[in-house]
Amino acid sequence: MNILVVGYGGQGVITLAHVIGRAAFKEGFDVKQAELHGLSQRMGSLQCHVRIGKKVFSPMSRKKDVDVVIALELTEALRAEPYVSKEKTKLLANKKILKDDPLGEDLDERVVEEKLREIYKEVEIVDAERKIKEVGGNITMTNTFMLAYAVKKGYLPISKEKAWEALSEKIRPTFLEDNKKIFEKAFE
Amino acid sequence: MHFVLSEKKKEFLLGNEAIVRGALEAGVNVATTYPGTPSSEIGNTFAKIAKKAGIYFEYSVNEKVALETAAGAAFCGARSIVSMKHYGANVALDSLLPLVYFGSPFVLVVTDDPGCWSSVQTEQDSRWISRMGFIPTLEPADAQECKEFVVKAFEIAETYRIPVMIRMTTRVCHTRGVVTLGKIKKREGEWKFVKDYDWFLSSSSNTVRHHREVLEKIEKIREEVSEKDEFNVIEGGTGKMGIITSGACYSYVKEALRDLNINLPLLKIGMSYPLPEDKIAEFLSKVDEVLIVEEIEPIIEEEVRKIMATYGIQTRIHGKDLLPRCGEMSLDDVFGVLSKLLGREEEIPEKVSKRRTPTFCPGCPHRATFFAIKKALGEDKVFGGDIGCYLLGTYPPYREQDFVIAMGASVGVSHGIQRAMKQKPVIIIGDSTFFHAGMPGLLNLVFNKGDALMIVLDNRVTAMTGHQPHPGTGMTGMGEETKAVKIEDIAKAFCVDWVEVANAFNVKEVEEKVRELYSKKGVCVLVVKGECRLLTVRRLVREGRKIPKFEIVDQDKVRSCEDLKLLKCPAIRKKGEEYYIDQDLCWGCGVCAQICEGIKPKVVG
Repeated sequence: MNILVVGYGGQGVITLAHVIGRAAFKEGFDVKQAELHGLSQRMGSLQCHVRIGKKVFSPMSRKKDVDVVIALELTEALRAEPYVSKEKTKLLANKKILKDDPLGEDLDERVVEEKLREIYKEVEIVDAERKIKEVGGNITMTNTFMLAYAVKKGYLPISKEKAWEALSEKIRPTFLEDNKKIFEKAFE
Repeated sequence: MHFVLSEKKKEFLLGNEAIVRGALEAGVNVATTYPGTPSSEIGNTFAKIAKKAGIYFEYSVNEKVALETAAGAAFCGARSIVSMKHYGANVALDSLLPLVYFGSPFVLVVTDDPGCWSSVQTEQDSRWISRMGFIPTLEPADAQECKEFVVKAFEIAETYRIPVMIRMTTRVCHTRGVVTLGKIKKREGEWKFVKDYDWFLSSSSNTVRHHREVLEKIEKIREEVSEKDEFNVIEGGTGKMGIITSGACYSYVKEALRDLNINLPLLKIGMSYPLPEDKIAEFLSKVDEVLIVEEIEPIIEEEVRKIMATYGIQTRIHGKDLLPRCGEMSLDDVFGVLSKLLGREEEIPEKVSKRRTPTFCPGCPHRATFFAIKKALGEDKVFGGDIGCYLLGTYPPYREQDFVIAMGASVGVSHGIQRAMKQKPVIIIGDSTFFHAGMPGLLNLVFNKGDALMIVLDNRVTAMTGHQPHPGTGMTGMGEETKAVKIEDIAKAFCVDWVEVANAFNVKEVEEKVRELYSKKGVCVLVVKGECRLLTVRRLVREGRKIPKFEIVDQDKVRSCEDLKLLKCPAIRKKGEEYYIDQDLCWGCGVCAQICEGIKPKVVG
């Protein structure tokens, strides 16, 4: 299974990809997960591949060969297009749009969504930030919500238990409680 | 507990972490580095576990010192490893080459960055260094091999008394995979430097002797290691077309062959210097055609051609005629070429999308400084740029890094520009880069009566590579307190003509001091201090304190403020005709409120 996690630097894209990979490893799969460090972490585009299977060689997928894209921001889901196939790629995206140029022209959410529906086989958009704020969390935990939501909706071959286990090994103990709230919120 | 200290049978490790695990399983005693991506997480991981693992680790001032420290420890019998990015190996090269002659048995990890994901200088292939310096070189293909090859590298280094290089590429460094773990070994002893006047004697006749002996060692390693099946392995398969590959490319080849449902003869090169000439000749003689898949330069390819000439073999060779020499290799590249050679019709998509432009984080002290410099000096000055987060100052609207060449190069190049065009240049350099390679340039300015303004962006850490401490931080890589060296003190000790310090988050102060210093004749240094905002924010969150926020109180003032556009903070945004400050992005530096009256601190009720 080929997964692509996308977003912009600072959203926790690398952490999310790592936790997905770690959880799949705990499920007994072979996993290769590619990270991207450096300047992209300064609010640039981030794309992290996770490949799960019986035996995986390449850390990166072939173009148009990704099964699931998990996007922490909508326009990054558009940027994932080279890896997307109309025949098979499903998108799970956070509703947020953060335009590249902060003072530039507005992007119409409906137009972006329409374009996404054109290129993806299936599109599901979830308002992660609203749900996070409902339980008093902050948006730095968007990745936690998206992980849990993707697991709940069956986008990933990972159980809830292993997902939480992998996540709790990765984040600082002081943030565990807050993340747990958000994690559970996604399963409501 | 950190994943690399795991006592389980298997772990999910990054290539760079697997290097650390390998070193621990080999019983490493000393580890050194200067941070540089894609190698950074090797040092970061050592820093986290060194105390617990009972080893010595340091962030050295630069790669040359890091390498020398590792070599010195190895001379005494301690097991040592040093890691750096490819350009770092150039910095260390001056010491590296003679250390091969002198036979210091340390392990050197060098990480190349095909595609320049986190590099801006050149797309260097460090395997040339292996050949230039006679350094046995291993190329792991995944995290599992990273771990195994480090253990074996120590064995080769100590058996043959020679440094061994592990050459990685970004994709190997930054890919996580499942790694089967061995036991962590504690290796203790009384290490001692044994004097040997015959061996260490520096004289030209001795150097020639060392040269001869190194060549003999390499020949022995070729016969006893490279030709064997430990690193360079022929994997079965049938057909008249064979493949030779190494490193990350091996994983692309295996994946592509599986997708194409074919099993071709494959020679996997794990030791790329010295190459197994006999084995390659044998492999070539069994096929009519060979595809060589290697990243960046055609190094294996050229040696294969040499071997063909020597052995009188006539096999058709493909490599860089079909595969890219520039940019990162991809699975698509390999899949495309293989399907073409096999006469299969496969559609290879060529699409790429435009990426989001990276920018300074919200609240970054550098953004405020670039803004203040522009206000003070305008656009017509020459701005010498350097290596760090602040190379983002290259992008509009800042445009204050006219060239970025190499660590510390802003200083010397700007000096040359001043000598030629007689205009005072502005040198913009970060704190860690200043300590690493900027100091000799500054001393040279003083010595040779230069005329330049050096602005040091002092954010207290090596920020871009992940917040490693440096000599100005007051903390070592082991997490111990140490002296915090002040850059202004160094400048004064260097007899710089004018030295000033300013607060990065006080725009007026920086602007005035830049203007004032630029008007002086001679060597001027302005140290602009402001902590990396990521650190400030993380500290506030850790301590359970609120991050201050700002908000727009007057739309008209904000709309008409040209300075805000020059600041270009990503938290100040526009929707329709309304400006707003994204409260999730704002990290409360307050610089916007200093330059526009339409913005005020948000009162939290």
